[in-house]
Amino acid sequence: MKHTQQGRVAWGRRLALGVVALAVIGGIAFVMVRSGPLAPTKVTVVQVRQGTVQPAVFGMGTVEARRSWMVGPTVASRVLRVVVDVGDVVQAGQLLAEMDPVDLDQRLAALDASLARARSAQVAAQAQVQDATARQQLSAGNLHRNEDLARQQFISSGALEGRQQELASANAALQAAQANASAAAQDAQRLGAERAGLVQQRGSLSLRAPAAGVVTTREAEPGTTVVAGQAVLRLVDPASLWIKTRIDQGRAAGLAVGQPAQVVLRSQPGQAHAATVARLELLADTVTEERLAQVAFAAPPPGVSVGELAEVTVQLPATPKGLVLPNAAVQRNGGQAGVWRLGGDGKPAWVPVTLGASGLDGAVQVHRADERAALAEGDRVVQHSQKPVHAGMRLQVVEALVPGGSETGAEK
Amino acid sequence: MISLAGRDILHGWGKFVLTGLGLGLLIGVTLSMAGIYRGMVDDAHALLDNSGADLWVVQQDTQGPYAESSSLKDDVVRSVRGMPGVGRAANVSYLTMQVRGEDGQDVRAMVVGFESDTEAPPGSPVHLVAGRHITRSHYEAVADVKTGFVLGERIRIRRHDYTVVGLARRMVSSGGDPMVFVPLKDAQEAQFLKDNDAIVNDRARTAANPAFNRPGQPGLLEAVQALQTSSHSVNAVLVRLAPGAAPDEVAAELRRWKHVAVFTRAEMEGILVAKLIANSAKQIGMFLVILSVVSAAIVAFIIYTMTMGKLREIAVLKLIGTHNRTIAGMILQQALGLGLIGFVVGKVAATLWAPFFPKYVLLLQRDALTGLGVTMGICALASTVAIRAALRVDPGAAIG
Repeated sequence: MKHTQQGRVAWGRRLALGVVALAVIGGIAFVMVRSGPLAPTKVTVVQVRQGTVQPAVFGMGTVEARRSWMVGPTVASRVLRVVVDVGDVVQAGQLLAEMDPVDLDQRLAALDASLARARSAQVAAQAQVQDATARQQLSAGNLHRNEDLARQQFISSGALEGRQQELASANAALQAAQANASAAAQDAQRLGAERAGLVQQRGSLSLRAPAAGVVTTREAEPGTTVVAGQAVLRLVDPASLWIKTRIDQGRAAGLAVGQPAQVVLRSQPGQAHAATVARLELLADTVTEERLAQVAFAAPPPGVSVGELAEVTVQLPATPKGLVLPNAAVQRNGGQAGVWRLGGDGKPAWVPVTLGASGLDGAVQVHRADERAALAEGDRVVQHSQKPVHAGMRLQVVEALVPGGSETGAEK
Repeated sequence: MISLAGRDILHGWGKFVLTGLGLGLLIGVTLSMAGIYRGMVDDAHALLDNSGADLWVVQQDTQGPYAESSSLKDDVVRSVRGMPGVGRAANVSYLTMQVRGEDGQDVRAMVVGFESDTEAPPGSPVHLVAGRHITRSHYEAVADVKTGFVLGERIRIRRHDYTVVGLARRMVSSGGDPMVFVPLKDAQEAQFLKDNDAIVNDRARTAANPAFNRPGQPGLLEAVQALQTSSHSVNAVLVRLAPGAAPDEVAAELRRWKHVAVFTRAEMEGILVAKLIANSAKQIGMFLVILSVVSAAIVAFIIYTMTMGKLREIAVLKLIGTHNRTIAGMILQQALGLGLIGFVVGKVAATLWAPFFPKYVLLLQRDALTGLGVTMGICALASTVAIRAALRVDPGAAIG
């Protein structure tokens, strides 16, 4: 009786131990399969679908003015006064600043005096011409009379020659007086032109707006000496603001003038402004390997500042229909692009593809690279994987590999 | 034939299992330490694997870009591309810095700038665990999951915000810092552009220098200042060889004609493993040795005290005429059983807590098997001391 009881206790213990041992072995097996070397690689898959890709080009740019002016003197001079300030709206021809004329006004006064003197000299020369004319007429009359007398033999030929010489002298004196008169006129004309020049020069010292615009900088204050060509003020035309956009040469294919674009200013990150590609520069930047495009606002947004950073997204025409995948599904195997397609047995197989256009949302169009293993619509391909996938690997398809990782760029 | 060891263990199995559990945790720590060491080496290898490069072109006379700082002009890559045997070459820049997430927390990360505008250049993230690759040429980032960033998060690197569009796994620097991949131009800016205050101060300094701010030479100052803020440097050029090209030959050509330092995969591995992580690895190795010795000593003490606690029973066994061999077998079996329980518990514990380490812990099967052998060996060795003590017991002690 006691013996069987002992036996039962021993059996009970063995059973308990057996259960514990099984639990331990089960636990180890669980750990090995879940996170040990035997665990299948977790992947997420995506179905190949037919669709179009909306390619877009993304670039960064700065707001610049298409029309801007540097207003400064044509000769080195000192700033006398500046009548406008930064931010002022100016009209074409409006006075902006004046340069110091130094002695220009005095030189003008001197010229005025010279001109008056030249005019007096001109009057004097005219009077001399009249005097010479009178003398010449008198000499001509005298000669005429003496010729009559000489014909009647009243005077000697010597006296007649004396009269002839008087007339010749009077003629010469008249010519001299006339030349003097025209010289005086020319003198007055020269002084007049000189004065006009000086007036022009004086006028160029007032700096006027070449066109309507807004003053952006005031670079010299009264008293500053600036050299020829140096700006005193800078103006821009606020209606002509556009964005000088730098686009990676590697992504710039397909850009054309007139394409619609969206501009997001750094100061207004949530707001996209409509714009269009206004000009594609023929010269690209060789150092930064970027293409330059000028993107003009449909309407310049209020509060925009010149030099502000902007993100520009240019929409390119949508591609024709084709097979579309998220770019995370495209892998490289020996330099060749391709995808891992899940077969019927759940094992991945390599399918090489060639890549077509890609969108900013991460969708990429693929074309078949190999007729034998062509990708078809509805095929399931590996998108995300814990480890690099290789052929014949054991995979476990899960919804997402990380919490919140199920949303993919392509489906957003 | 009844198993003496089994009967004895069943007699006090709670104590036995608890002892085994405690021992197991100790073995678990030892295995984890080995895993940490392996993880460090694997981090270095992962860095090389993920870069996908066959050659590293860096500044002359440096061992960059990981072990030393290296700076190259970013147009060097063009002349490298022209060399025979070079398949693909791409600029890359590395910068270890604090990246601020949306919650304001700083994460130590290695910011990698790669040429995102070409198709899968060397140095780009290979496979993702979530999200997509970078499609815009600015202000998008792919981060390693270890950074803790989530898809769509806006992270701040220097003065710009980047959107996390993809997550990758095991993309780490040789120090185990998770990587954040950003377009090269942004990374160059982050690396070489000074902060705004410094720029403003520099401008003022330049403007105060009469050599650059001469009266009568408008535009000179602006030109000098524009020159100061441009950055066209990268840390390395990663080269993928053309099919059939011999790495050493291409490296020798590049060294000879381009006046740069070039490292092949094997050399880079040598630099990383032998130089960069050598000290930390030795540190861990030293700790591992001490831990193993301590574990062995503890196992020996446990078995010895276990046997000492049973001296009276052993004396009784001897008194009833049990063979010495049977008694020795009992002690040895118990020791090995203890070792086995300890190893299993240790292995499971190490596997379970490995993912929670901040840095990568790699538990190799080979290490586990070695650990098993060593544990069993130590247990057997420790049991000999106990067996010696047991065999010397006087059977008379059972009565007296």
